[in-house]
Amino acid sequence: MNDVPVPTPRRLVELTIDDRTVRVPEGSTILDACHQEGIDTPTLCWAENLTPVNVCRVCVVEVENSRVLVPSCSRAAEDGMVVATDSERVRTSRKMVYELLASSVDLDRADDEVHAWMDHYGCDPGRMGDKADIATVAQPPKVQDDLYVRDYERCILCYKCVEACGDDAQFTFAIATAGRGFDAHISTEFDVTLPDSACVYCGNCIGVCPTGALVFKTEHDMREEGTWDEDAQAVTTTVCSFCGVGCNLELHVQDEQIVKVTSPADHSITNGHLCIKGRFGWQHAQS
Amino acid sequence: MPDLRFGDAEPTDEERIAVDEVVADLGSVVVVEGERLVYAGHARTAERRHLLLPALHAVQRASGWISPGGLDYACRQLEVPPAEAYGVATFYHLFAHEAPEATDVVHVCDDVACRPVGALGLIDELRAAGHHAKASPCLGQCERGPAVLVQRCGDHDLTVAPGSVDEVAVAISGRTSTASVSLPQVGSPDLRLLARVGVVDPGSLDDYRAHGGYRALEAALAMGPDRVIEEVTTAGLSGRGGAAFPTGVKWRGVADQQGRPRHLVCNADESEPGTFKDRVVMEGDPFSLVEAMTIAGTAVGAERGWLYIRGEYPVAAHRLRSAIDQARVAGLLGDDVAGSGTRFDIDLRIGAGAYICGEETALFNSIEGFRGEPRNKPPFPTTHGLFGEPTAINNVETLVNVLPIMLDGGEAYRAIGTERSPGTRLFCLSGRVSNPGTYEHEFGITLRGVLEAAGGVVGADEPHAVLLGGAAGFFVRSEQLDLPLTLEDTRAAGVSLGSGVVMVFGEEDDMVDTVRRVAEFFRDESCGQCVPCRVGTIRQEEVLARLRDGATLDAERDLLDDLAAVMGDASICGLGQTASGAIRSALDLGLLEGSR
Ligand SMILES: Cc1cc2nc3c(=O)[nH]c(=O)nc-3n(C[C@H](O)[C@H](O)[C@H](O)COP(=O)(O)O)c2cc1C
Ligand code: SF4
Ligand code: SF4
Ligand code: SF4
Ligand code: FES
Ligand code: FES
Repeated sequence: MNDVPVPTPRRLVELTIDDRTVRVPEGSTILDACHQEGIDTPTLCWAENLTPVNVCRVCVVEVENSRVLVPSCSRAAEDGMVVATDSERVRTSRKMVYELLASSVDLDRADDEVHAWMDHYGCDPGRMGDKADIATVAQPPKVQDDLYVRDYERCILCYKCVEACGDDAQFTFAIATAGRGFDAHISTEFDVTLPDSACVYCGNCIGVCPTGALVFKTEHDMREEGTWDEDAQAVTTTVCSFCGVGCNLELHVQDEQIVKVTSPADHSITNGHLCIKGRFGWQHAQS
Repeated sequence: MPDLRFGDAEPTDEERIAVDEVVADLGSVVVVEGERLVYAGHARTAERRHLLLPALHAVQRASGWISPGGLDYACRQLEVPPAEAYGVATFYHLFAHEAPEATDVVHVCDDVACRPVGALGLIDELRAAGHHAKASPCLGQCERGPAVLVQRCGDHDLTVAPGSVDEVAVAISGRTSTASVSLPQVGSPDLRLLARVGVVDPGSLDDYRAHGGYRALEAALAMGPDRVIEEVTTAGLSGRGGAAFPTGVKWRGVADQQGRPRHLVCNADESEPGTFKDRVVMEGDPFSLVEAMTIAGTAVGAERGWLYIRGEYPVAAHRLRSAIDQARVAGLLGDDVAGSGTRFDIDLRIGAGAYICGEETALFNSIEGFRGEPRNKPPFPTTHGLFGEPTAINNVETLVNVLPIMLDGGEAYRAIGTERSPGTRLFCLSGRVSNPGTYEHEFGITLRGVLEAAGGVVGADEPHAVLLGGAAGFFVRSEQLDLPLTLEDTRAAGVSLGSGVVMVFGEEDDMVDTVRRVAEFFRDESCGQCVPCRVGTIRQEEVLARLRDGATLDAERDLLDDLAAVMGDASICGLGQTASGAIRSALDLGLLEGSR
């Protein structure tokens, strides 16, 4: 007999999504159920390796008998729920959430899927007014060290970096949301520079940022110079050699130079998170 | 050893003493082996992180701002990461994060009721007189604007209303707030909730008892928790904080969570523009709230009560603190409430300038020492409230209704008001009425009746427009004067009583500016967490500013409609969901006609 505890199978809940009957283990979110069914759903603030904060609202769906739309990324699937992911109300809200973001934030370096969804919903951020006449988060980038740059005019306030720096991964708590309303922003205490803050340069915040607001200094500089070229980059997977933990590294190489390092979010050891040695150690190896 | 990194700025002696007073009761931190000593995570918040807001108040009071040294010292005492504490401090209007220009900050309300009575001019005059004057959202003194709050360094804050350069000087030199106004209906035999206001000495437990105080608690303790909840259910009492949820159902839900620590929270954040009724109760009859909270707490099985009052109410907070202390000394709070063997005590917590902290889950986060960002619901407070534990949260007015229910029984209470809206309701009359103030009427009185009781509209037979229910409510016009003010009738008419606001506007008032100020309020008070509200409220305000500056309504209507739809549908909480209601109603009623 083996005495390894076998997890008790979770009860299944049955719900209806877009007229299909769907069964998922109890505790799954509506988004999990959508993923299982292959129903494409946009997300911005959700990531598989972070606790859902349900703030961006692009993942909203319509649930029968709910007065308002619900965020699929955090709402648990329940027996008998009737969910619509592509109703008029859902499309109107998703479309405008992207428009509101694009009208206030520079999304030019956001993940490709952001642009694909904006095309899908026919977004027209221009109807909010000319960017020169309306409030935006435009500001110069914070370049405070040789490792990474915080370019907050590209920040959509998805809280992912805060979570990665805090109790979802790093437990350093170097950054948090400060201010309120449209002035809310990610900041260290009193906006001190990163080298003066608690930051340990694990780069986990860079790894989760969906919009290019947090980037390696190499990438920032190359983009400024116009030499950044993702099509010309190859990605090699390796195991980090600094210690014995066995973190997976993905080295992004352009013109025989490492330009950034990531780790897969589904990797069993890292969950996508690294430390300063894995994330930035190559800079010393290379120079 | 803590694994947090702190800064190296030193606190001043005043800051150190002030923070030490707040954390005095805490022992040194005991670390369980293997535990990460990080209170920033939601672990162990109930132990010390909940003292962050009081500690920030202490630093602000000591230095006139949240200085790096003061913040860092508070963080070390409470094991909170500085970046998070800074995030909390910068959430609140009343905490400055830059060195102050002057020791006293004079906050002047320039919100909807105070603008027509000279708020903007007063700000200029105060500045000319050398004060550091700042515009503020509604200060809850709308019946006597323009309202002023003097926030003092090293001393208690002062309310000055109506404010003027001279009155501000008098208040500062005498260290006293303007006296509370007397109630228009004072002494009327019809008053049930306000009967003692203006009659009883708010500083004396003996006088409170001499006016019938603490008989309701005696009755409640004799009945026992189940009967108390039954009577409240029979009475048909519904919440007065805005959502009108049945109080008995809420209490039952919490009482049923046997075996878990439970909480009773009184929501005294009262920051809805135009609302000041709870303040009148708390200033005039503070013991009634303490008694009502004790009844509610013992009924739902909570040992801890929390009274969260907005930071702009220094007089009410002072009187409540004194009432709580006196009740504790008299054995009416503490380990053995009135000799019943039941434990219940009350913590007074003071907000720091954030309307959103009136939203129940934001209020929990604020008490816990986090940013006042609302949580997604479900789960609901009855099972996951303060510190994640079962919590009954009620508005001040809701709670004081429990006193007559205990004394007369639920059936007798039901006989007042209408079938589906039993009881009386407090109304906050402001703007162009002859006798502004707080009024108590039975549910079912018409809007016309409410206006007549307040002496009618100034200089006209009928109002040009009435803001009903607050900024989160709706504008109505003369066609609605005969609307019976009940939950059912207002709902059928597509409006709401909200927090009881009845703000009257005349022909002479600039409605485009008023409506734009409402939009500004929501932009200013959005917590910023979710996109539809954070960006939607600023886009809405921009549209109204364009209308004020001559843009045509036709060109902007589609955008306003879509913003309203999406904020209403996709926002996390009631703030975003209601942020376009009043504006849309103004549009529908043609109040923005001037800008066509
Ligand atoms: C933005 C916002 C602000 C609120 N402000 C208050 C407030 O100041 N006082 C209050 O009692 N309820 C306020 N509420 C309602 C509370 O969330 C909650 O419903 C109420 O405290 C419940 O008490 P009741 O059932 O006694 O009304 C607010 C709600 C929202 C969405
Ligand atoms: S690099 Fe690591 S420690 Fe520094 S801010 Fe990002 S997540 Fe936090
Ligand atoms: S910096 Fe990036 S990860 Fe952080 S909140 Fe902004 S967009 Fe999200
Ligand atoms: S609706 Fe507004 S106030 Fe409410 S959570 Fe969203 S941003 Fe915050
Ligand atoms: S992905 Fe669900 S709210 Fe952001
Ligand atoms: S105190 Fe000025 S509007 Fe309420």
